[in-house]
Amino acid sequence: MNVLHVENLYFAYDREPVLQGVNLQVDEHEFVAIIGPNGGGKSTLLKLIMGELLPNEGTITVLGKSPREARQEIGYVPQNTNVNLDFPIRVLDVVMMGNPKQHRETVNWWERLFPVRYNSVEKRCAYTTLQKVGMEAYLDRRIGELSGGQRQRVMIARALCAHPKLLILDEPTSSIDVEGQKQIYALLKELSRDLTILVVSHDLSVITEYADKAVYVNRSSYTHDLRRSPIHLQQPEGEHFCEIELMQMLAEKTCNCEHHAGRKEES
Amino acid sequence: MEILHYTFMQNALIAGILVSLAAGIIGSLIVVNRLVFLTGGVAHSSYGGIGMAIYFGLPIFLGASLFTVATALLLAWLTFKKRHLSDTYIGLIWAVGMAIGVIFVDLTPGYNTDLMSYLFGSILAVQRSDLWFMGALLAVVLFAVHHWYREFLAISYDSDYAALRGIPTGRFYTLLLILSALTVVVAIKVVGLILVLALMTIPTHIASHRSGTLYGMMMLSALLAALFTLIGLWLSYRYDLTSGACIILAAAAGLVLESLWRLGQKA
Repeated sequence: MNVLHVENLYFAYDREPVLQGVNLQVDEHEFVAIIGPNGGGKSTLLKLIMGELLPNEGTITVLGKSPREARQEIGYVPQNTNVNLDFPIRVLDVVMMGNPKQHRETVNWWERLFPVRYNSVEKRCAYTTLQKVGMEAYLDRRIGELSGGQRQRVMIARALCAHPKLLILDEPTSSIDVEGQKQIYALLKELSRDLTILVVSHDLSVITEYADKAVYVNRSSYTHDLRRSPIHLQQPEGEHFCEIELMQMLAEKTCNCEHHAGRKEES
Repeated sequence: MEILHYTFMQNALIAGILVSLAAGIIGSLIVVNRLVFLTGGVAHSSYGGIGMAIYFGLPIFLGASLFTVATALLLAWLTFKKRHLSDTYIGLIWAVGMAIGVIFVDLTPGYNTDLMSYLFGSILAVQRSDLWFMGALLAVVLFAVHHWYREFLAISYDSDYAALRGIPTGRFYTLLLILSALTVVVAIKVVGLILVLALMTIPTHIASHRSGTLYGMMMLSALLAALFTLIGLWLSYRYDLTSGACIILAAAAGLVLESLWRLGQKA
């Protein structure tokens, strides 16, 4: 099934063109990585997919609907989860935030009028969602007490709470340590059995180890199917392997196109 | 307990408790949303409403409420999109509101108002009719924070995500400002418009260390605010001191004690 279909998308902030002729096709249960330079339009593309912005030209369909109509079926994990750390809020409350209208169908009039407590259906939902990310033991902990990686898992649980069919993550590992990053991606890989995953990342291991497709976005877009031509990173001991080299490798292997990781392409 | 035989003392006690509860609850939302300075601006500009009410011969509560809500709406509109610019607007409205009040009082023939009683409160002058107004406000506050608890929690913790999940964040931001404006107006009688901020922040600050949830924080800070008000009133009566200042210093002493207690626990 077609989860996300972007065709010939154009978008500009005021007069500044950001995306020009982007095409993207994501099928069910795919794990897709969006890569590309900063300022290349990755975040803008996400906002368009989630219906926060409207395209100037072209079409976006999410699960066969317009982005706004599909909003309830999209789960989103924002980039920075280290905000408001001293806020008095438990893991349970954060997870429930993912589905704020859930209680409306499931409880009596009094609880509908004053929905301060969670009912048993909601609690069970939160618990099973936290189980999926391995954080069910932390239900009653304050969010600020968790490590960056743990907090990121809770944010993923929050996104899963609304039972999305498409899960979008914006650089989910940018603020956590290497070990935590690996765990997050392994988790996402597991989740991709049940849902479709779209992740913006600068993390090379995502592209080489986990993703089915890599989409390079820099004003326009190129899609590399990694299942057809897998990339095996042979990183020499102690040497740094950077994104630019990966781009070149992707280009050689899959489409003979030229990618530049460091600057905007001339249009 | 012979002091309770006086009607003015009974009124003062009831007013103090009603206003403290409202201030504690709304104060929690103000603090976690980092709107303390904004509330300070609204509080001070309310003097404009007081001046106009005196000039036009309206009830003070009515004039101050209308003016203050108008100010809150203006500030909500000015600051919602540009929170980083908000301190400029707040400072501006803070001063302009007070200036308007002073001019209108000047223009009122033969009126020699006691500015001090509005700045520092005159709880012993509370009338029975004022109590109805305060009780009604507390009822509205209680209803609002219970009915929209999840929405307030969501916009306070993560406003961007709340918007993404379909919560009209602008509307709740405005509602919060209106509620705090009205709370400020009723608190003026009790502690005055300068000290109202302390009544909204000191109990809240203590409660934030002691509660795991926003709900717990609201309730605890409401109770603490009421406790400090009672202690302050007793001190004021016993030693013949200004009531508002006694209440605030009682709260400040509570904060110092709680901080020492926490230090002791850590050591």
